[in-house]
This record gives sequence, structure tokens and C-alpha cells, in this order.
Amino acid sequence: MALLEVEELSVTFRQRGRRTVRAVDGVSFSVDAGEVVGLVGESGCGKSVTSLAIMGLLPRQAGVTVEGRADFDGTDLLRVDRRTMRDIRGRDIAMIFQDPLSSLNPVLPIGRQVTEVLARHRGLSGEAARREAAELLDRVGIPDPTRRLREYPHQLSGGMRQRALIAIAVACRPRLLIADEPTTALDVTIQAQILELLKELVRDSGTALIMITHDLGVVAGMCDTVNVLYAGRVVETARRRPLFTEPRHPYTVGLLNSIPRLDGGRGERLSPIPGSVRDVLPWADGCAFAPRCSRQVPSCVGGPPALVLTHTDRSYRCVNPVPPAAGPATPADSGTAPAPTAGGSAAGETRTTAVPAAREEESA
Amino acid sequence: MTREAAVTDGAATAVPERGDSLVEVRDLKVHFPITRGILFDRVVGHVKAVDGVDLTIPRGRTYGLVGESGCGKSTLGRAILRLTRPTSGTVVFDGIELTGLPADRMRAMRRRMQMIFQDPMSSLDPRQNVESILIEGLQAHGIGADRAARRKLITRTLDAVGLPTWALSRYPHEFSGGQRQRIGIARALVLGPDLIVADEPVSALDVSVQAQVINLLDELQEELGLTYLVIAHDLAVVRHISDVVGVMYLGTLVEEAPSDRLYSQPLHPYTRALMSAVPVPDPDVEDRRERILLAGDLPSPANPPTGCRFHTRCPWAQPTRCPDERPELRTIGASRVACHWAERIASGELRRHEVTAQLVRPEDAGDTPGTLATPSEPGSFV
Repeated sequence: MALLEVEELSVTFRQRGRRTVRAVDGVSFSVDAGEVVGLVGESGCGKSVTSLAIMGLLPRQAGVTVEGRADFDGTDLLRVDRRTMRDIRGRDIAMIFQDPLSSLNPVLPIGRQVTEVLARHRGLSGEAARREAAELLDRVGIPDPTRRLREYPHQLSGGMRQRALIAIAVACRPRLLIADEPTTALDVTIQAQILELLKELVRDSGTALIMITHDLGVVAGMCDTVNVLYAGRVVETARRRPLFTEPRHPYTVGLLNSIPRLDGGRGERLSPIPGSVRDVLPWADGCAFAPRCSRQVPSCVGGPPALVLTHTDRSYRCVNPVPPAAGPATPADSGTAPAPTAGGSAAGETRTTAVPAAREEESA
Repeated sequence: MTREAAVTDGAATAVPERGDSLVEVRDLKVHFPITRGILFDRVVGHVKAVDGVDLTIPRGRTYGLVGESGCGKSTLGRAILRLTRPTSGTVVFDGIELTGLPADRMRAMRRRMQMIFQDPMSSLDPRQNVESILIEGLQAHGIGADRAARRKLITRTLDAVGLPTWALSRYPHEFSGGQRQRIGIARALVLGPDLIVADEPVSALDVSVQAQVINLLDELQEELGLTYLVIAHDLAVVRHISDVVGVMYLGTLVEEAPSDRLYSQPLHPYTRALMSAVPVPDPDVEDRRERILLAGDLPSPANPPTGCRFHTRCPWAQPTRCPDERPELRTIGASRVACHWAERIASGELRRHEVTAQLVRPEDAGDTPGTLATPSEPGSFV
């Protein structure tokens, strides 16, 4: 049984005088114990809101609606009361944020912030808590931990702060760790150190990890299962290897084709996805990626694309997916020869104008 | 994609002779003073942001500068344009030495060297519409006879960067990130420069939009024969668009190589570590490759290590020469490397060893809470 089972999670933000934003729209995924699951997408795709909803960190106020289920070991995290949630947070589920400086309290020494978790969830205090805290800092690779405990966040470098944050997160040996862009604010060499540390922690303690990132390179090195998000929906779910060798959703293919690779040749033209994330359909139904998609067909706009399940833990939301043989090596350069795959009812027709084209200005 | 080539008049757009250099930087140093005191600022040390850099940017090519934050790459870019005054050293731009140039002539020279910034939102005035943003530079440099002529020029530039004409009357906030970066590029391009210094041109953009801007920069270079100095921390991006890549560490160039060689045959230990740290979106490559994890953080440029600046983190550091002798850039094959042992590391004669991390303080952080940072240089006191 899965450790965390998110089903049809939707988050809507309503504000008077503003357009209602459905930031997360029916997201489902599951995380097994000890598994590393990636949530990948560009800014605005709902990956962070998903994690905040699971952690119960979204503001509880009128206008913010969270629907769906998030079953964590039998408890629905979206329905528990605040007291229970406070017990779960930090003990069973912990989170690491992108910017370590703004998620650490600047006026408290590191030691206080680590022992706080130990006191709250494990009932440790005094010398025992301090010893445990020093051990934790040592475990995440902070040199001279007993001295570091007395220091303040501003005295540590960016990488060390992120390590301190990880130490706080793993203090209670949580069963699930959510890392929201944990290395985006760091330099590559420090990023490599932190990713290696996270990998070690997962391997040694059997903690499951949800890795939220925009970097497909990080995903390729870490995740077991990957969920690609676009405009609040999971558009493709696959195991790591198949996702990279045989991406089916045009958005995944587009992403893979648009990033320059370190081991690629100089001067090879990238094939970017035209338009920007802001290009959405003027109506709610239909595939959100359709305006930017090179494989769009009229049925893209009829209704929300159904989730197509294939064998071997793989699913995608697309009525006209990229044929399996075409990996990123042979990009979906046009919609002229779509393969007649299941679900692609109108696959024979090419690019009629049922879908508004990507806005001119960004179709370089 | 057919576009009218020459955006500008003048000789700037003449097809460049491949091979000659547009910019020559010799022993450039930028030191920022650290001052203390209430009434009189006492100089108690220097942050050596750029500490003796030599480089040559060939005309019509792209030179990429990479390095971690704080290595001085942005300061170097700004010092080349004299936006930051160099402490010493020379910058020769197209045969003219910039470092000694009087202010008015320097201002006139700026037409030929433009800059693209990282965050298009903060580098564009929110109260200026696109037309006003683009026309400002033209007016300052007296390009275009009248309003109509200038208008023609900016419409052509907008077309070249892929923005529609109606954008002229819009304001920066009405555009997406990618489009804003296009406006920034148009602003640089409208003056018909020879050199464009792009400081992190795509790092604020989403992945799918990054590629659009990278391709645009590529196309513009082909059409207009521009010379680029691209400064970025993303090695994959830099390697993709550059002909030559310079790797910086604590204010100095540690390696300079043609971009293909940099990945296939990195010679400096730092370059090797950097290359191995960049994630590649391919599980097969990721699983196979050997990571060289560097211990610790970048030391403070106010108090750089003696000798080779990388020796405190270098997995190949040797007890001799590395701690006390500063390596010069030496030519090995097609690369230039600042490492005493580059050949012996390349041949496999020297092996990697464990390095223990040394704690590095972020700037402005003192040793104990409550005291100010003290650069621990000889002769400095607070």
C-alpha cells in the first residue's frame, strides 16, 4: 500500500474582483515508502501549492478551497483537525523549502531551532536534546557542530543553511520528506553536495521523498517516479527511465528538447516550446497545453483530456500523444503525421484552427 | 525565418573578419575597499572581486564566463564596460584603450557595447512604455534624424527580436518574462552595438522560454555579426551558446577552453568538479557518471587562500607548490589552464584524495554574534 495517496486534489483561490484561479486541478499521485517521487513543472504549474496543500500550510480562510483526498497512512491529511496536523507535521512529514535564509528564524540560534523539533515531537530537552542536535548537524555534514549550534543563520553560508534546514527536517526521522526546490538557490557544486546528502538520507533511513523541481537534470539523477505537471494538472506520470527515453506527452517532449545539455554539441539549435505558460485556453475545458502544442487536434478542446493508462505504471493526459518510438531524439516537429494511437480520434486531421494559436510574439 | 538583416546603419554590421579580437583584457583587477569607521572611513582591507584576468574575445564570437556566485564574473563583465571602474589593468576595445578614456568619449563608446541584464523586470523602468525605453538610447547618442527615422529604427529592432509593433505603446508589466527579456535585448540592439555583454540572460526564465531566448541570441549573432560576452552560472547554457568558455574561481580565470573541449577534456580540477556537478537530463548519463563532490564552500574573496586559490577544496592538491605558489595560466593544447599539475592529473599520475570541509563564513558574518566582520589580513584591525 502506498504511503501517501493523493487523489483528485484541487486548490482554488477566489478573491473578490479577481479572476478565480484553480492552481491545482485534479492532481493524483502516490508515493510508496522509501520512494523518491518527482513533481516537475515550470513556474505556475501548481507544484508548490500541491505540497503546501498536503502539508496543510495553505491559509485556512474564505476563498481558498482545497478539495480531494490526501491519504497518508490511513489519515486524510486534508480533513484532520489542526492539532493532529501539528503532530504529523515535523514528525511524520517534514518539508525543506527553497530559500533556507527565509525559512530559518534569523533571531534564534541554529541550536534552538533544531532542539525545538526534538522537544516538540520527541520530548527531548536539555543536554540530551543538544547532543542529539549536534549529532544531526554532524550527520548532514556541518563541520564543528557543537559550535554551530550556538550560531545564527546569517553566520552560515547558503549551503550550510540548507544543511541545517535538512537537519531540522530529518530530526524526527519522518516517513515522508517534501523538498520544494531545495537546491534552486544554490550553486552547482553545492547543489551536488545537497542532492548527494538527500540521496544518502533516503537510502539510509528509508524515508520517502517528494522532490519538487523544475530541473529535469535533478529528476534524472534522483527520482524513481516522475509526475510532470502543467497548469495544475499532472500531464504525464512515468518511471524515471521511460520518461526520458520514451516521453509520450508533447509537453514532456517539448521540455526535454528545449534544455541545452551539458554533453550536447555546440550550436545545435534548441527546439523551444512556442508561447509561454501564460497562454491558456479562454475557456476552462480542454487541454491547457493545447495553445502551445505542436500536435494539437480539434478534440483537444472538447473537454479535459482523459488520463490514458498504459501498462507499466505509466499514464498521460493527451488525446494525441507522441508515438512511443519517437523519443526526444526525433522531436514532434509538427502535427503533420500523428500516429493513429488510441484516443486520438481525430488524429488524421492536421492542425485545424479549433485551438487558438500560441500568441505571435513568443513564437520565435 | 527571414528577417531584414541590418538593424543599424554604420560599419558595425559589416561581416566580421573571423580571427581578430574585439576585446582584449590584460591583467584586469577590481578591488573593492572594505571600510570601517564612523566619521572617517578607514580602509581595512579589499575584496578582490577580480584579481588579474587576461582574456581575449574574438570578433563575431561568443565568450562564455562561468563560475559560482561570488567568483567575480559579473564584476568582470561590468569592468570591461567600465560600469565599474577597474583598479588596474587595461581593456582594449577594437584598438581603443578604454581604461584611460575621458568620460565623454567613454559615453560615446558605450553605443558600441551594450548590456543585457538578468532580471528584465527590474532592469526596465515600469513607468516607461516600450517605445520610450527604446528611443531613450537613440536620443542620448543622437542616432536618427527625426522622430520618424527613430521610429523606423525601433520598429525594425522589435521585429528582429520577435515582438509585434503594437508592443511599442505597452508597459513592461504587460509582458511575460520571455517577452520582457526580448525588450531588454531590443534596447541593447537598437543602438547597433558590436559587443553585447549578457549577464545571466536566461536564468530568470522558465525552461521552455529559455530556449526561445537562447535561439534568438544565436540568430541575432548570425545575422548581425555580434560579439557576445555571456556571463552565467548555468554551465549547460553557457556551453551551448559559447565558442570559448572561461571558468572563474575567486576572481581569477582557472581555465579557458573551446566549449567542446571543456566537457570532453576538462583540465583544471575545479572545471572537472563543476562539470561533474551539473545534472544532465538523462538517467543513463546520471547513473554512469562519476561525481567529484567538492568539500566546503567558496572562500571569501576578501581573504582568498594563498597560492592556488582552489587548493583548500581541491581533491588533487599537492603539499608542494599548491599552497604557496600562485599558478599562471598556461597553454596546454587548445586550452589555457592555471594549475601546476594539470598534465599529471590528466595523465592519471596524480590521484584524488579526501578533502575535509573548511567552514566558510558568508560575507558580513562575524566570528561571534554581535561583532562585525573582520577581514583577517595582515595589518587590519578594528
